[in-house]
Amino acid sequence: MRVVQVVAISIAAIAIGAVFGAALASAQERALPLPALRSGITFAGSDVRAMQADDASNPGFLWVESGEKLWNAPAGTAGKSCASCHGDARSSMRGVAARHPRFDATAGTVQDLEARIGDCRVRRQQAAPLARESEELLSLTAYVALQSRGLPVEVTIDGSARAAFERGRAFYEARHGQMNIACAQCHEQNWGKRLLSETMSQGHGNAFPAYRLEWQSLGSLQRRLRACLFGIRAEMPPPGAPELTDLELYLAWRAQGLPLEAPGVRR
Amino acid sequence: MPDARITVPPSVARGKPFEVRIIVRHPMETGYRTDESGKSIPRNVIRTFTCRYNGDVVFSARMSSGIAANPYLRFFVTAKDSGQLAFEWVDDNGVRGSDSAAVTVV
Repeated sequence: MRVVQVVAISIAAIAIGAVFGAALASAQERALPLPALRSGITFAGSDVRAMQADDASNPGFLWVESGEKLWNAPAGTAGKSCASCHGDARSSMRGVAARHPRFDATAGTVQDLEARIGDCRVRRQQAAPLARESEELLSLTAYVALQSRGLPVEVTIDGSARAAFERGRAFYEARHGQMNIACAQCHEQNWGKRLLSETMSQGHGNAFPAYRLEWQSLGSLQRRLRACLFGIRAEMPPPGAPELTDLELYLAWRAQGLPLEAPGVRR
Repeated sequence: MPDARITVPPSVARGKPFEVRIIVRHPMETGYRTDESGKSIPRNVIRTFTCRYNGDVVFSARMSSGIAANPYLRFFVTAKDSGQLAFEWVDDNGVRGSDSAAVTVV
């Protein structure tokens, strides 16, 4: 009788633990309260803001235009284009970028938008994989991401994505590199303050892939994260590394509710 | 890869200035940078840029390594008749780029 009770209590404890675990960072909970969320563009100067606001002056649209061409161009041995299956991106891709990174059952991992496009290209089009930061992958990502412009970031962090999310959060909160700084120290605790000539942003990725004036090119969020790690003299995981994807997922959860701006313009 | 992104109004009034905007895709390599092995990357910037309207030069620019990648140019043109804006540019490697846009005068 007593043994049965103990077993019952521990089962209850596990059940409660599971409920609490799931509630730790549910979709409702947030790192930053919704009214305090500020896109990186609000920290930028008026010239950069104007450049992003007008599609005719935003250089990111050079990549969007190539992306549209690639979307409709057959590739690989399957002889299919993206449009062969997905049709008009303006309707079929609406909201897709806002939901990434997300867990993909076939791949068995969490994928960011670049990985998802690359995967589709290899698996469905049977074409050669596109390298991270290649003009082709950036163009396709920019074109797909544009279709979600204005929609709020909304990623799933429960279920199969949970482990990646927790790893991303741990990475964000851990100190890295020779400067021994965590992402959170700048972007959580000190955003809005100055770091030399820069105003520290909240560190959201909602404008990526973005045209960065420093790069003189469009670049992915992973490139931006690597640049940040370089800045604090930390080891940079290679492009496409799971650590970066995990971090992207955590950042997307952190930015949930912010409208997508891709292709954005940043300093 | 498209060479440029041109923005002109869908239709323009006769004799009234209208805005022409163009972003040219070009790395505008300054010549001051080195690659990963320390070797100097040769300069490759757009040297001359010309815009013709129905054959007449209406705008031209000489550029140098002080201009950022993917140069953005904005200028005003007045048209008497409908026609074609033809853009042409040449870089240090002698590579010519060109693009055009139709202008409808109403």
